[in-house]
Order: sequence, then structure tokens, then C-alpha cells
Amino acid sequence: MNALSIYLADSTTMLRRNVVRMRRYPMIYFIAGIPIVLLLLFVYVFGGTLGAGLGGVAAGRAEYVAYVVPGILLITIAGAAQGTAIAVAMDMAEGIVARFRTMPISRASVVTGHVLASAAQTMLALAIVVGVAIAVGFRPTTGLVEWIAAAGLLLLMTLALTWVSVALGLVSKSVETASNLPMPLMLLPFFGSGFVPTASMPEPLRWIAEVQPATPMIEALRGLLVGTPVGSSGPVAVAWCLAITLAGYLWTQRLYERDPSPR
Amino acid sequence: MTAPAAAPTRAIRTTGLRKAYGRLVVLDGIDLDVASGTVFALLGPNGAGKTTTVNILSTLITADGGQIEVAGHDLGREPGAVRAAIGVTGQFSAVDALLSAEENLQLMADLRHLGRREGPRRVAELLEQFDLVEAAGKPVQTFSGGMRRRLDLAMTLVGDPRIIFLDEPTAGLDPRSRRVMWGIIRDLVARGVTIFLTTQYLEEADRLANRIAVLDGGRIVAEGTPDELKRLVPGGHVRLAFADASELDRAARELDGAARDDEALTLQVPSDGGLGSLRRLLDRLDGAAIEVDGLSVQTPDLDAVFLSLTSHDSDRKVVAR
Repeated sequence: MNALSIYLADSTTMLRRNVVRMRRYPMIYFIAGIPIVLLLLFVYVFGGTLGAGLGGVAAGRAEYVAYVVPGILLITIAGAAQGTAIAVAMDMAEGIVARFRTMPISRASVVTGHVLASAAQTMLALAIVVGVAIAVGFRPTTGLVEWIAAAGLLLLMTLALTWVSVALGLVSKSVETASNLPMPLMLLPFFGSGFVPTASMPEPLRWIAEVQPATPMIEALRGLLVGTPVGSSGPVAVAWCLAITLAGYLWTQRLYERDPSPR
Repeated sequence: MTAPAAAPTRAIRTTGLRKAYGRLVVLDGIDLDVASGTVFALLGPNGAGKTTTVNILSTLITADGGQIEVAGHDLGREPGAVRAAIGVTGQFSAVDALLSAEENLQLMADLRHLGRREGPRRVAELLEQFDLVEAAGKPVQTFSGGMRRRLDLAMTLVGDPRIIFLDEPTAGLDPRSRRVMWGIIRDLVARGVTIFLTTQYLEEADRLANRIAVLDGGRIVAEGTPDELKRLVPGGHVRLAFADASELDRAARELDGAARDDEALTLQVPSDGGLGSLRRLLDRLDGAAIEVDGLSVQTPDLDAVFLSLTSHDSDRKVVAR
């Protein structure tokens, strides 16, 4: 077997292992649950007022649902990233990973297995959140092609944040650290166009909100789901996803090649 | 189980192996030479550097200096070839606690690319061999220490390694599980596998090992066969007990050079513990009409070697430079 087929075979084995572990120790309830609570909070508690603040002819709670869902989806991905970092940090503390390191297997497969399993879990959480969003009145106005494109963008965003979260899990010396490090990812949609238009923010903050990666991702999603004008958000969001994925990949490989810390 | 492929006559060789964490030197120039098909025991107190040595030789961590050859491959240049030849059962349980015993073994079979037919066959064989058939489907979380250790070693054997590193394989096991583990180790050696063992139990090293190296404070302080090591310390003696002080006095005059203990009314006579010398000693006491109340023979053991060779401050973790 050549290096690539060993990598693929071993990554598949690791993916299978992680999927079994996820089923025995499920985190999906938390990963889907937190964004659902936020969604209900923003729609039913803040939604009336925030919706009115959006402006336009008919503005209210229903319009706010359409506005807030892309931000909630990004929060779902960021929250799942936190779960991934915790799972990776827990796994690295176990003897089984020390065993993997002394075995003649593809070294990248250990991390790849985590990424693929976590990405699948995140996509499942996204599907649940979208289901709840539809139940509370989210009505996508675009066609099938846009929906497929939105799913593709969500997958790219998931892969990007998952690679970073695996790196955060590897760099953490304890599970507690791994739980805290991804927190800022959860806040990105708040400091972007996730919950209110960036135009309503004061000048320096608005500038930050418009250049940070969460905003083009949310704007592109919003355009694909409810047909708002997107400008250059689509290509910018995809470029961000690819850049973050590459950085996360290189970072995880470097971290995994380090000597494990003495126990 | 397939026979290990023809192995080089030397399984492991290190010269000047060094490892430090910051300014703390853990291994300070270790030379090891382990012949194929033998059991080599690395003996030492807590913090001597045993686990660090295993971690380096098994490619888990990198050394700071020295030449290392494992299974005929330079460890620095060909870690992949080394990994293909070795198996490791570490001090910390290297099993996936969320999987069952069977799933753990199947995971190893998959990672060794054993295939759809050979994999499950090997898994079933090892479950049988390690007495895990009944527990095969149960999650490892529910296993006892002995069962975990057996599974751990079974996982190591999935790939038929030629050299196996066992880091304190019986630490924390009850006497029965310990004996089971010793039996397994002897079976492996009988099949030509090389075992590199670390232990704090002298009895274990004495029973299993062809050669023993005593590691203390990051250095090898003694190396040889168990018998050679025992000869390093004066130890063997016959202990004679007497009913009263006058008998003790007479015996002490008769046996010049014996150490007397007036409080315990005993006399320690240096001896190799053999039957011949014992008979001569008793004949001599008989000839002098000295009444002996009791007698015990103390042979030199590795405990004495261990205590005399290793530093008294056995809890120190590293040598500061």
C-alpha cells in the first residue's frame, strides 16, 4: 500500500472509532441544545424589539427570525468546535493515543479521524437547529440550488472550525483549558452581523465587525437562504474557510508531531 | 500465531542515550545491549528513568543524544521500520475505555491492515488466548485491573511484534493475575519474541529475565544475569538461634568471624547456603556439643542488590545538574 491509501484506510478506521465513541458518550444534545436555546431567546425575548430595529416596511419578530438564523448556525458550529476540542484533549490524555504513536500507522489519521467524526456530528447538529428554526417560523425564500450551496458553505465552515478546534484540543494541557480556548469562537457572530446589522455599530467596532471572518460567512449564508444582497461575501467566506482549514491542518500536524508531555 | 520473521541477533542497542527535561537530566548516558529472543529487565526505583527509556525506545518520545538501534533499524532515521517491529504495553492502560474488548482488538487489527478475514480470526484467537471470550462484548470501563492488562497485552500482540516493551506489566495486579502475566510472557519468549521489561519487583526480574540492568538516577549502576548481580553483594549466611547466652558464647568462640546478636541470642555465620557447607557447620557444632535452638538459611537476593546499588533517596525524580 502506498502512503495515501494507508492514510485513507487508517483515517476510516479512526473515524469509525470516533463515531462509536460519540454514540457511547453523546455530546450532540449539548451541541444542538445550546444554539436552540439561543435561537428561542433571540426570537421570543429580544426578537420583537430587534426585529423592529431592523427597519424596512414590515419589521418585527418574523423578520428577525429570518435575520438571526445564519448567526445561530455559525454559533452551532463554534459550539460544536468546543466539544471537539474537549474530546480531543480527553483522548490525548488516554493511553490509547500513546499506543497509536508507537504503531506503524499513518500519523495524520489520528487527527483526521477526529476531524471527520466531529464534522459529521456538527452537520447533524446543524440539521437539528435548522429544523427547530423552521418550526419557529424560519421560511427560506430561495431555491434548491441555493440551499445546496448553503449546505456546502456550512460544510466548509464546519471543516475550518473543526481543524482549528482539534488544534486547540491538542495544544491544551488539560481538558479545562480545551473547554475554555474555543470560547472566543462563540462570540464572533455577536461581534459581526449575526444578531444586528453592522451598520448600527459605532465606528471602530463596525470596522472590526466587517473585516472579521464571521461577517462574510453570515452574510453569504443569509443571501443563500433568504435572498438578501451578498456583494462579495460568498467568495470572501469561502477564501476564509480554506485559509482557516489550511492553517488548522498545518497547526494540528505540527502539534501532533511534538513529543507528548510527560505524564 | 505466525513465527516472527528472522530477526537480527541483537534486538536493541543503545550507546550514550540521553534525555533531559530542561535542566533536569533523566537519562545520563545509557548503554544497553539486548540479544534477540531474551528477556531483558530494567530494574530501578521510582523516578530512575525506566519509563523514559521505554518511551524513547518505543518511538513515543525523542532522545536528546546517543545512538539507538531497535530491530536492526536506526531509531532516528527509520522510526516507521522500528514501529513495524515492536509492540508496547505501557504503564498506563492503552485501551479505549469506551469500546469493548473485541472492538479494541478489531481496532488494532484494522490499523495493522489484517483484512476482513484475517482480522476477526486473529481477534477471536487472542480473546481465547487471553481468557477474554466471555467479556469480549462488554465495555472495557467495567473491566478489572487484571483484565485490562490482559487486553492491553493482547492488543499489543495483534501485529505479531518481534520485540515487546512491557513497562511495569504487573504493577498493581494481584498475585494470581501477576502469575498469569508471567506465564504469558514466558510463552512469548518461547516463540522467539524479545521482551524488554521494566519493573520494581525484584522477584519478577529474577524469575523472568536473562539479563538485568539496574537503573538509578539516570545511569546504569549494574548489569548482568540475576546470579551475577546477586554475587555483587555479600549476603548469604546461616542464622543460628540459641536457648541462652552461655550457649551463644560457646558457639561464638567456636565459630570465629560470625556476627553475634546478644539480644536476640543469634549468630550469623557467612555461608553460601549449600547443603555441604551446612552439614560441615552442624558437624562442627555437634563436635563441640553446642546445643542449637533454631536455624535459618538466608540466600542473597535481588532485594539486597537493589538496596545496596540504588540511592537511599528513592523518591527523587531526576538528577539536577
